[in-house]
Amino acid sequence: MKAKVHITLKPGVHDPQGRAIGGALSHLGFTGITGVRQGKVIEIDLDETDRKRALEAVDGMCKALLANPVIETYAIELS
Amino acid sequence: MHAAILLFPGTNRERDMARALEVAGAPAPVFVWHRETTLPAGLDLVILPGGFSYGDYLRSGAMAARSPILEAVRRFADQGGMVLGVCNGFQILTEAGLLPGALMRNRDLRFICRCVGLRVERTDTPFTTRYAAGAVLSVPVAHHDGNYTADDDTLARLEGEGRVAFRYCDAAGVVSDATNPNGSRGNIAGIVSENRRVLGMMPHPENLVEPALGGIDGRPLFESLLEALP
Repeated sequence: MKAKVHITLKPGVHDPQGRAIGGALSHLGFTGITGVRQGKVIEIDLDETDRKRALEAVDGMCKALLANPVIETYAIELS
Repeated sequence: MHAAILLFPGTNRERDMARALEVAGAPAPVFVWHRETTLPAGLDLVILPGGFSYGDYLRSGAMAARSPILEAVRRFADQGGMVLGVCNGFQILTEAGLLPGALMRNRDLRFICRCVGLRVERTDTPFTTRYAAGAVLSVPVAHHDGNYTADDDTLARLEGEGRVAFRYCDAAGVVSDATNPNGSRGNIAGIVSENRRVLGMMPHPENLVEPALGGIDGRPLFESLLEALP
């Protein structure tokens, strides 16, 4: 089973990188952008076949290391 | 004063820190590798020096904060032990939850390496007794992720409890957005724990402890430590 962890900044947390990307997109002529937030994706290969157990395991990983709860939230996608 | 300096893969300011202790008149520190699970007995002070532990992978300080020695540091701090984290050391302390908040990418996204103005906000911590209240220092910073952030409640608590030890300012001591090098909330450059025995700060006082380095504004911090831990 493969887990994809999407880590994003919490709403309200200032994101200078996202803002710089937004500025660069505007410079390139893209219009209609009202906001850009940058996050990260972490892919994890698991030998687990049970979805519930896999979800629990990856959730534990997010809490222990992958996301910083002070500034980030996460979403787990299994496939 | 018995001090230990922690070493992680990518730490690079440990010798500067040892030199600062020496200049202040402290006995030579011991160096402790991150895989150790205990700290030497009889320790008064643990120092987490600057550098780029684990190459700043994932988040600055994230991996180091989960290394075995940090559990020992947590126990040490819980028992009232003194801990100093500078730059990457501050990032590790926030990642480990020993200090609140987080250090994010600098506001202008650039690595900043220069001297900044620093105002001493508290002289009632064991790290700052040898400074005059409101003293303005010039101390080097060298970081990419020094933008201190915390939620409104945490920030209000830090301010209310007088736990902001240093703020970025200009040469006259004025704290404003213009004197904020990295976007830190409240121009915060350093904070202490609730019991005031854990200090995390981004600037490098250990790099300004003798005239040959360009000044001695950082030396009183180490002299304060020596006074607190004779």
